[in-house]
Amino acid sequence: MEFWFSEFHTPDVKHSIRVGRHLFSQQSEYQQIDIFETPEFGRMLVLDGNVMLTERDEFIYDEMITHVPMAVHKGIRDVLVIGAGDGGVVKELTRYDRVRRIDLVEMDPQVVQACREFLPANACRLDDERVHIYFENGLKFLRSCENEYDLIIVDSTDPFGPSEGLFTREFYGSCHSALKEDGVMVNQQGSPFYAQDLEAMKRSHMRIVHSFPISRVYQAHIPTYAAGYWLFGFASKKYHPIDDLDADAWSSLGLRTRYYTTRLHRGAFYLPAFLEEALLEVE
Amino acid sequence: MDFDASCAQCAACVFLCAEGIKGSEGNVKQEKIPLDQRRAPIYEALERFRRMRVVPFDVPGHKHGKGNPELVAFLGRQCVEIDVNSMKPLDNLCHPVSVIREAEKLAAEAFGAENAFLMVGGTTSSVQSMVLSVCKRGDEIILPRNVHRSVINALVLCGASPVYVNPDVDSRLGISLGMQREQVRRAIEEHPNAVAVLVNNPTYYGICSDLKAIVKMAHDAGMLCLADEAHGTHFYFGEDLPVSAMAAGADMASVSMHKSGGSLTQSSFLLTGPSIHAGYVRQIINLTQTTSGSYLLMSSLDISRRNLALRGKEIFRHVSDMAEYARSEINASGGYYAFGRELINGDSIYDFDTTKLSVHTLDIGLAGIEVYDILRDEYDIQIEFGDLGNILAYLSIGDRPQEVERLVSALSDVRRRHGKKSTGLLTQEYIDPQVVTTPQEAFYAEKISLPLDETQGRVCSEFVMCYPPGIPILAPGERITKDILDYIRYAKSKGCSMTGPEDPDILHLNVLK
Repeated sequence: MEFWFSEFHTPDVKHSIRVGRHLFSQQSEYQQIDIFETPEFGRMLVLDGNVMLTERDEFIYDEMITHVPMAVHKGIRDVLVIGAGDGGVVKELTRYDRVRRIDLVEMDPQVVQACREFLPANACRLDDERVHIYFENGLKFLRSCENEYDLIIVDSTDPFGPSEGLFTREFYGSCHSALKEDGVMVNQQGSPFYAQDLEAMKRSHMRIVHSFPISRVYQAHIPTYAAGYWLFGFASKKYHPIDDLDADAWSSLGLRTRYYTTRLHRGAFYLPAFLEEALLEVE
Repeated sequence: MDFDASCAQCAACVFLCAEGIKGSEGNVKQEKIPLDQRRAPIYEALERFRRMRVVPFDVPGHKHGKGNPELVAFLGRQCVEIDVNSMKPLDNLCHPVSVIREAEKLAAEAFGAENAFLMVGGTTSSVQSMVLSVCKRGDEIILPRNVHRSVINALVLCGASPVYVNPDVDSRLGISLGMQREQVRRAIEEHPNAVAVLVNNPTYYGICSDLKAIVKMAHDAGMLCLADEAHGTHFYFGEDLPVSAMAAGADMASVSMHKSGGSLTQSSFLLTGPSIHAGYVRQIINLTQTTSGSYLLMSSLDISRRNLALRGKEIFRHVSDMAEYARSEINASGGYYAFGRELINGDSIYDFDTTKLSVHTLDIGLAGIEVYDILRDEYDIQIEFGDLGNILAYLSIGDRPQEVERLVSALSDVRRRHGKKSTGLLTQEYIDPQVVTTPQEAFYAEKISLPLDETQGRVCSEFVMCYPPGIPILAPGERITKDILDYIRYAKSKGCSMTGPEDPDILHLNVLK
């Protein structure tokens, strides 16, 4: 018997992963949640048919979205994480002693529940005493926040699903006012390769450029995402992601990582020509 | 009893002659057996038709889409395949006897009307058919000034004269409200020969007049009562909403099913009460309605009626809840005023439609139209309209809480980024029209085009309106005053889309010679 999971990266491109077992399937108020056991990628969380993470390559995403801002802004203590119900980002953040509060705002309690049960390696630090989980709409949560956070990490699903509201100007504007005067916002920017994704990425980058004085894009290679190529956005009121990188300070923390290094940190901000061009169009 | 088309006077006498003609003439009272609202006869007939795989040697020429592959690629096969012509199994909109007639009966029952007509020319065509059914040349009809242009267009067609009732205005919000009972009473007293009173139920902003009282006043004076319910479809299905026209005893109502009811754009219902002769109304509709009624539109009416009849209560509770939530969040965020039931004053705001989300923006120093533009250009949020002092976001059957969160957050971001002190903004005022001649006389009269600045004191021969909401500033036959010219210049400077005149830039107006 052949049992495959397939995801359309475009209407004409399909990415397939062989499945061993279908461990979990549930329709929540917001989305269809599935967890599969796969021979190549281990367990895999899928929302509305889109791969969110696999055990095999989630470290790339979680490390790149967390350590990049942490290595630049040394005063990060209060962190807001939006989305990320799987707990992977929280797991990386709790490795820093200087972080004293992590507010996690996830819309869908069933995602957290499913990950606690089936992806314990990811969700293992959700019970850390610094972590406060709010099951709420991110936009609504932010409306009442002002000058509260050093770092906001936006770990959303793609811009065409229930997370649509997290790619908008009103959202980035609210993030700006929720951050302290030297605050940083990092968000997942999607894949830049296929036309529709590139368009969405440009739009959200444009929104961020309008809301923050410093806004740079960096990249990582993530095999299970569209084209295996993923972007993140670094937006800030004060710190520059390369000029203000303190590599020695970060190295002295002695955190062991599998993807992130301070050398890669610099390199990740050097983008291919087609992408530089696309970003320039909206800057 | 059938309507006698050869009787030259019938058009008027059916409705307006002796008291006894109303009610008894047109409709033989029958015992009503409840219908099955789970049925959707037009939809079912189209499904049967699709399975029959009929070879078309009739119009439309795209032949189930085969002749226009690009259209099929764009709209989808399902859709194009049912774009077919009237035929025996699918009935005929001009003279319905089978599935369309059944769909009309189901709609009539669902809306609590005596008869319902499927309309495919927009609610404009419902309103016009309604007015043309009751008025003829020389008749008077009592109207609130904030009527939709379609009403005055109907008067251009039939030659009746408008008697305007000045709607009350809320001076803080700068919006026109409902009609006060006393003003309607006075209009009826001063124009005892008027044939009907027309009421907006509700206005674009969700404001209702005391419809039951107005129906009674009209009927006591031997007049009919018509309702423009372009924004009131949900009144027939939701709970805790204002009274619907049919429930209030009105004689005819135009119901924009495609607005809050969820059917396709341009589809609508015309409802009539027991005093109205259905056969005559059908004749009036057929004067202007297409003989090639679209089955896409008709099936959308059928399916949407079924949906509302079966699930309307919960759907509109959900919409009201979302609107109430948005109101409280917007009001809590400061600066804006999202108004609601607290406005109710027992008369010109007799009731308020809680599904409407209108927000007063002047206190953050921005005109409604400015907020409307900012939301679209910078936030990718399209709302229904902005006028000088307010915006209206249309909430419906299709909205989800996450979109409401976007709107609320966007408004608070707009205030943060663009908000200023509220000064120097003129609010929208209702300008008392000076009717010099009937819309029809003015429309067809000899006229000349004059630069806007030279038109003061002349009689206008065309419409000028701010769109949306499509309420006339000037209608054909009205005197152009200084106040009106000031208003036109201001609204233009604020970016309102002005429509109506022959000159699209409104630098010139046509006036009577």
